[in-house]
Amino acid sequence: MCRLFAVTSNEALSPMVAISALDVMKEGHDGSGVGLFLTDLGGDFERFKGKPILSGIFSHEGLKTLDRYMMGLDFMVKYELLIRPTHEPPAGTPERDNYVIRVYDYPPRWEELSADEREYRLMMCQLTLRTMGEADSSTKVFSFWPDVIMIKEVGDPMAIAEYLGLERSDLRARTMLSQGRQNTNYAIDIYACHPFFIQGIATMTNGENTAFVPIREFLTSRKNPGYTGYQSDSEVFTHILHYTCRTLGLGLEMYKHIITPLTDDELERHPDGRQLRLIKQSCRPLIIDGPNCVIGCLPDKTLFMVQDSKKLRPGVAGGTAGIFAFSSEMCGLDAAIPGRDKSRDFQPMKYDTVFVGPERQEIEKWNQWENLPHLHYPPKICPGSFSGARKSAPSAVAVRRSVPCRPLNSVCTGSA
Amino acid sequence: MQAIELGVHRKRVVQVGMGLTEKPGNVFGVYHGIRQRTEPAYACIGCGMCDLVCPNHAIMPAHNDERDKLRMHINLGGEPRRRGGRRNDPRSLLDEIKFVRISMLTDPALDAGRHEFELRTLLGRILPPEAIVKVARENGWIPPVREIYPLIVGSMSFGALSPNMWEGLQMGVAYLNEEKGMPVRICTGEGGCPPRLLRSRFLKYVILQIASGYFGWDEIIHALPDMKEDPCAIEIKYGQGAKPGDGGLLMWYKVNKLIAAIRGVPPGVSLPSPPTHQTKYSIEEAIAKMIQSMSMAWGFRVPVYPKISATSTALAVLNNLARNPYAAALAMDGEDGGTGAAYNVSMNHMGYPIASNIRDAYLNLVKVGKQNEIPLFAGGGIGKNGNLAANGAALIMLGASGIQVGKYLMQAAAGCLGSETDRCNICNIGLCPKGITSQDPRLYRRLDPEKVAERLVDVYMSFDTELKKIVAPLGRSTSLPIGMSDALGIADRNAAERLKIQYAV
Repeated sequence: MCRLFAVTSNEALSPMVAISALDVMKEGHDGSGVGLFLTDLGGDFERFKGKPILSGIFSHEGLKTLDRYMMGLDFMVKYELLIRPTHEPPAGTPERDNYVIRVYDYPPRWEELSADEREYRLMMCQLTLRTMGEADSSTKVFSFWPDVIMIKEVGDPMAIAEYLGLERSDLRARTMLSQGRQNTNYAIDIYACHPFFIQGIATMTNGENTAFVPIREFLTSRKNPGYTGYQSDSEVFTHILHYTCRTLGLGLEMYKHIITPLTDDELERHPDGRQLRLIKQSCRPLIIDGPNCVIGCLPDKTLFMVQDSKKLRPGVAGGTAGIFAFSSEMCGLDAAIPGRDKSRDFQPMKYDTVFVGPERQEIEKWNQWENLPHLHYPPKICPGSFSGARKSAPSAVAVRRSVPCRPLNSVCTGSA
Repeated sequence: MQAIELGVHRKRVVQVGMGLTEKPGNVFGVYHGIRQRTEPAYACIGCGMCDLVCPNHAIMPAHNDERDKLRMHINLGGEPRRRGGRRNDPRSLLDEIKFVRISMLTDPALDAGRHEFELRTLLGRILPPEAIVKVARENGWIPPVREIYPLIVGSMSFGALSPNMWEGLQMGVAYLNEEKGMPVRICTGEGGCPPRLLRSRFLKYVILQIASGYFGWDEIIHALPDMKEDPCAIEIKYGQGAKPGDGGLLMWYKVNKLIAAIRGVPPGVSLPSPPTHQTKYSIEEAIAKMIQSMSMAWGFRVPVYPKISATSTALAVLNNLARNPYAAALAMDGEDGGTGAAYNVSMNHMGYPIASNIRDAYLNLVKVGKQNEIPLFAGGGIGKNGNLAANGAALIMLGASGIQVGKYLMQAAAGCLGSETDRCNICNIGLCPKGITSQDPRLYRRLDPEKVAERLVDVYMSFDTELKKIVAPLGRSTSLPIGMSDALGIADRNAAERLKIQYAV
């Protein structure tokens, strides 16, 4: 079973905070991989908030391919953190040439593009680079997005962190997701390392999703080029969230209702049972069959955790104003935030979604039995407001709309 | 069948005296017994009723394994053999499919006895998520969708079945719904529906079938204003697996006064339905307009879907349905489907196997992204060798949303004697020895409707347990595993390639 740790803090932290928590939880993963998702960046990257950052691993030849491709698109490198290991990799870790984190400046022509189009093109750049290096493994790309860094490698988390020298002052983030992977029923592949990322949305999961194949078939048939990969059954969780937020224009509470809908009998008793039943029927192929604990981050840096409806995977949220962490094990949380009030820790159960908003003041809880916001009124429990959300009719091109995820919203909310 | 008759027989007994003086002799006596008739018209069908009635079990049917000796007699008068029953081919691809993806250690297998399972399926046109969000917001029309149990009592008509069998099935279905909380549905077949049922609250458990003979639809239409409930759905039969491309058939033997009244026909005449709906001439006409007409009759509150014979052209039908917003589902009936009456050649040689046909259809829907929008229902040969749950689960994992079963239920709930070796097979002439397909009260009184209902409930309860015993080790419980093809394996490489499942030896 994988081990998960996520933290969100007002202070920018070293990724070693997350790695150390994973190390404490070491009994639970077999070291077959580690993944890091860093956002709300501090350190040297803070200066480049709006600029897209490319994260990946490149052979020397792959680096030339990258340069040629990016220059062809008129991207200019603004800043780079290049890690070139000089000593032997830890046991089980392949030898790589270059770990690349590069900040680019947008091509001048992109300045005129709508946010949708720009985000779509960023995703396509990432996919193209990934495809270009697939045959000879010369390029591996994990993300290409503003204010996002991703690092992945096969091997033990702490050994990898030391090998790559991740304890450095220029690498800091306020929100982090990390996963120590246990290889389950799929081959050890670096692209199988969580967290998974698409257009500002990242999630990671422990447990195995046995409904993987029908879900993958449904997602790939949505005709969104970003719904690809699937070296891990857990990648579908990221794409379901993306589909929920960006295509359907729904919020996190509907994500919970989509992946783990209430039973038919429960819907009979739910005040919004009729709407929820429609969503359940329509999104039937997206119902997961865990056990799974999903921890993720939304584009507005909201950190969340949801449990599947069988609740056979652990997950705990805790912290204090200014810093909160979500962890698959209590010991990971203890290691990261030892001074918190433990009596306020919360372990979400089958109906719960917990989240910490970007202001990082408290752990908010939402339960599936709660009412959805009324059709014609502003959502009751939806903090913040985003432009452009669900004004136009959903359509096949809706995947390219810019609909930042509302932390909480519903199918029946009318106007933003 | 009167294959045996009472007979008076002469019996010779050899008598041997104790001494040498008396010569052995014969004594001729007479006894009363039975005799097998030798005329071909009275050939034994192997029903075994003789054994059931003999107090001493002194007689039993024995299968003659030699090639059929009756060919000289079988189509006398130029009429080829017609029969009821099944295809008489014991092979079953569905039986060869195994469930190979067992949850071991990386994820816990579930407890079939203790976990909660959501095993319901949907019957009706389901809007895609993008559309449902829009329609819900704008308060638009949402096609009717029924949440039902995935095992449907397949379409067996009132007429093909005896009144007692029909009543027993209806009672069993009502009990399953109202006492067991299982939303089981039953399809009428093409024979109309008894007027009282049409006007009762139990109609909601019934799928009304309309087929090319339109039998019974006068009665249904007249009952419309009095209906307390909408029917579950309307099934438009364009074809069936037992006699694909050849309309329904109810032979004159079974058309008594009651059947004639319900169907709106004179008694004592054979009722062959045309192979197609005569007023239609193209796929758009035959499907789109009829679906819309039927939808309109119930105010667009009832799902309407076609049922076709499995065929190599099924995808053309499916593609047409995918573009028809009123098409609620597609039912496909494979070559192994059973029937009350058909020409032997149709049953044995016509039709397409259900497994690959349903797989093709599902993967075609996946290609266009509509796999959740048009549910596929599979029928034909499910449980033909007794493996109802395994066959059904395999079809669901190949892409079916549910299954329609007839023959297995006749065997299990009413003791049908049919087997895959040409046993009995006389459903067509109204002489069913069990009273399942007979319209003669002297025969169907052998069948107790209460017992049929009780056994039907038993079958469903045990099917439910077996289905859980299949899905629980696969780690599935939150939804029916439609299209979970990674769970399936087969030891036949060609079949594995064709079905796009694992080759597992």
